[in-house]
Amino acid sequence: MIKINNLHKSYKKNKVLKGLNLTFDHKGILALLGPNGSGKTTLLKCILGLIIPDEGQILFQGKNIKSEFKYRTEIGYLPQIAQFPENLTGNELIDLMRNIKPRTNRAEELIKLFNLENELDKKMGNLSGGNKQKINIVIAMMSDDPFLILDEPSTGLDPLSIRKLKALLTEEKNRGKMIIVTTHIMDLAEDLADKVLFMLDGKIRYNGGMMELLDQEEEDSLENAIANLLENKKKV
Amino acid sequence: MKATIGLLILFFLKLSTHARTIVTCPECPIKSVHEAYDLAQNCDSIIIKKGQYQIDNLIVKKQIAILGYENPRLISKSGGEILTIASNNVSVSGIIFKGVKTNFLKENAAIHILKVKDFEISNNVFEECFFGIYVEKGKRGSIHGNNIYGNAKVEADSGNGIHAWYCDSLEIYNNNIRGHRDGIYFEFVNNSKIYNNRSFENLRYGLHFMFSNDDQYTRNTFENNGVGVAVMFSRRIKMLENIFIRNWGHAAYGLLLKEIYDAEIIKNTFKENTVGVFVEGSNRINYQRNDFIRNGYAIKFSGGCESNRISYNNFLHNSLDMLVSSKLLDNSLSQNYWSEYAGYDLDKNGNGDIPYYPVKLYSYILNQVPESVVLMRSLFVEIVNFSEKISPQFTPKDVFDASPKMTINQ
Amino acid sequence: MKYILKYSFYEMVRSKWAYIYTGFYLCVTFALYLLSNDLDKTLISLSNITLALTPLIGILFGTSYYYSSKEFLQLLLSQPISRWHLFLGMYGGMAITLCVSILIGIGLPLISFGILSSASVNLFLLLMTMACTLSVIFSLIAFLIAMQFDDKVKGLSISIFIWLFFAILYDGFTLLLLFLFKDYPLDKFTIGAVITNPIDLARILITMNLDVSAMMGYTGAVMSKFLGKGIGMVVITISLILWTLIPLGLLKQMGIKKDF
Repeated sequence: MIKINNLHKSYKKNKVLKGLNLTFDHKGILALLGPNGSGKTTLLKCILGLIIPDEGQILFQGKNIKSEFKYRTEIGYLPQIAQFPENLTGNELIDLMRNIKPRTNRAEELIKLFNLENELDKKMGNLSGGNKQKINIVIAMMSDDPFLILDEPSTGLDPLSIRKLKALLTEEKNRGKMIIVTTHIMDLAEDLADKVLFMLDGKIRYNGGMMELLDQEEEDSLENAIANLLENKKKV
Repeated sequence: MKATIGLLILFFLKLSTHARTIVTCPECPIKSVHEAYDLAQNCDSIIIKKGQYQIDNLIVKKQIAILGYENPRLISKSGGEILTIASNNVSVSGIIFKGVKTNFLKENAAIHILKVKDFEISNNVFEECFFGIYVEKGKRGSIHGNNIYGNAKVEADSGNGIHAWYCDSLEIYNNNIRGHRDGIYFEFVNNSKIYNNRSFENLRYGLHFMFSNDDQYTRNTFENNGVGVAVMFSRRIKMLENIFIRNWGHAAYGLLLKEIYDAEIIKNTFKENTVGVFVEGSNRINYQRNDFIRNGYAIKFSGGCESNRISYNNFLHNSLDMLVSSKLLDNSLSQNYWSEYAGYDLDKNGNGDIPYYPVKLYSYILNQVPESVVLMRSLFVEIVNFSEKISPQFTPKDVFDASPKMTINQ
Repeated sequence: MKYILKYSFYEMVRSKWAYIYTGFYLCVTFALYLLSNDLDKTLISLSNITLALTPLIGILFGTSYYYSSKEFLQLLLSQPISRWHLFLGMYGGMAITLCVSILIGIGLPLISFGILSSASVNLFLLLMTMACTLSVIFSLIAFLIAMQFDDKVKGLSISIFIWLFFAILYDGFTLLLLFLFKDYPLDKFTIGAVITNPIDLARILITMNLDVSAMMGYTGAVMSKFLGKGIGMVVITISLILWTLIPLGLLKQMGIKKDF
């Protein structure tokens, strides 16, 4: 369970998070949505300890994460941009990560799933964007963490791989994990998520079930529902 | 005829006395050197055996040889002089001299040679004497194989190892001299030779010439003195194959030349001195085939210096090669090897095609602001030197080696 | 941290710049020796080159390595590892690479020319140590700069300026001040000025060996003591250690507070 109390963060004069209060205790997939600059990534980075909030606190399993790092053994993170050291091979990266986070290992299974067997001895600098992203996914998910934070997981993937990713995430959900996904692709969110967290200007605009959102906005697709939310904002 | 025979008899008598040797030792009938001397006649030898002898200035007026056997020690009773040689043809050897104290009124020496000829002082040891050997108006004498060790701390109350004043034709060789004011001091000494000596750790100069002409010193080593050798107000001195090493400190030079003319400085090695050669107002000097290795400055010119020839020398890794603080007239630099030289030799004649300018701007900066020594070899200093090299403003345009060697002169 | 260090070293040591850097030193060392055929001369030229070049390369490598691994750094930061160990590991891997480049590029050829059995062996060891120390210090400064400025262009420009400042301008200002106030006793000022510039420290340690004869010509009491090996060496060594520890402390401070 992740509990967030009154979270504030600003960069110089630009306020990015304006007093967030949240509780993630839902087993399943939560789609974190919102336009660029709405504070999605900042929120995720706060949870991961990459960004230190100005105010407020984040409790992970009841404990404040401030200047802690051990709690991250429970979290798998997929960063938005898959940029790896150019001169290391996939194998070396996986080895490095395995040594940092030495838990149940699903690397082989995931490598097979994404057909990466022949790519792992190549230097990262020589891999295509798609393959980098696949390795990114492998690294994020290989230690079988109960929490997963995925920032734009489908970037650069071909349709087949996207399909595999979806299947994988659904499977993980069924195994009782808590997964937070940000994405710009509404179809993906709609297919996967059972809950939606919509952010705008550093505040939460909607936090609830996917179906409830569609009902509330009287739309049949998430894309339109979100568009409505954005329209309303302009009107206000 | 009778007279002739009489003379002959006298002569043989004389010869027979020549064989006489007088032995003295603490257990002998003759217990003191004074007693032995009283018994001696011309041409006799006094043998001093092992032991300590208190002695009060023995004035030697007979032509005798004084020989030490198994290192006897002659110790000055009063702190004054031990032997004064006042006769020609005296030799002293194999003795340890000790106990001559500092005196501010009189230059007391263990052996004082006074207005005599043909003396020989050899293989003695002088321990902590004010002056070791003092030669006053001596001629044709030789001083060799002695070890002269002083314990000078301050220049003002210390004396010289070998001091010669108004002398001619001396030969000084194979001596070791340490811890005096000057190792060897020459004042008004002409036609003399100094060779194979080692003069080190003296307070002022390893070897010092004043007003002395036509002398020559070769194959000596001058190490860690205030100044290795100082040659002042002298003419026609030949300096050959000496080693000047590690003479360190402010105003420390390997060789100091002041107002001297017509000297030859050939095949010497100047290594790791603060200044290799310091020249003040000296003319017609020939520097050839010397090695200047890792000195602070290899050569520093100050005061008017004319007609000096510097050729076939090797300048190896000196911090600075040359400083010229005054105008040089008619001096020539040629065929030297400079380790700093970065030119090329396209015509393959062994000489670089572009001239080498040994005087750097930094030399002047250092001269003006001594603290800037901490900036030596800094990039900034190199840049300053380089820009000065491109368009000389401060450094003399006429001091250069037009034919710098590409390889070390052998 | 061990693994971060290991893979950071792998990453750096395989980069083309590490090869180019090492290759450059190899070429220069061989060229200098073959042209002069004189170990002393080679060593002196090399010390002039390394005193200027190691800080420059150190600071450039440091900044660009940091910027290029920024994204990966984010991934690592989200792992269960302390920030301090992470930075130490990444920085360490890079610093070791720089040192290895120097040791291979300059050390190996000189050893193969027989420097270890020559009279200059002390100077050689000192030069190697100083080249590595300067690399360590300046790549550390580079990390601090890069961490401070998220903009790569800005960071790199500031790095170059910092190098320019310590390598050239600083000595220029010092000399200017020495000239302006040459009628006053400047011993302590000079020592102070020198201690606050790591390049000067390294250089003086080398010149203390190379130009000891010239150094002995200096009269001022405080500074002759300083230059007279014993005390000076201790002061310089301590200063160089501080020049490593203080930025390291800053790195820790900044690293803990920084948002990524």
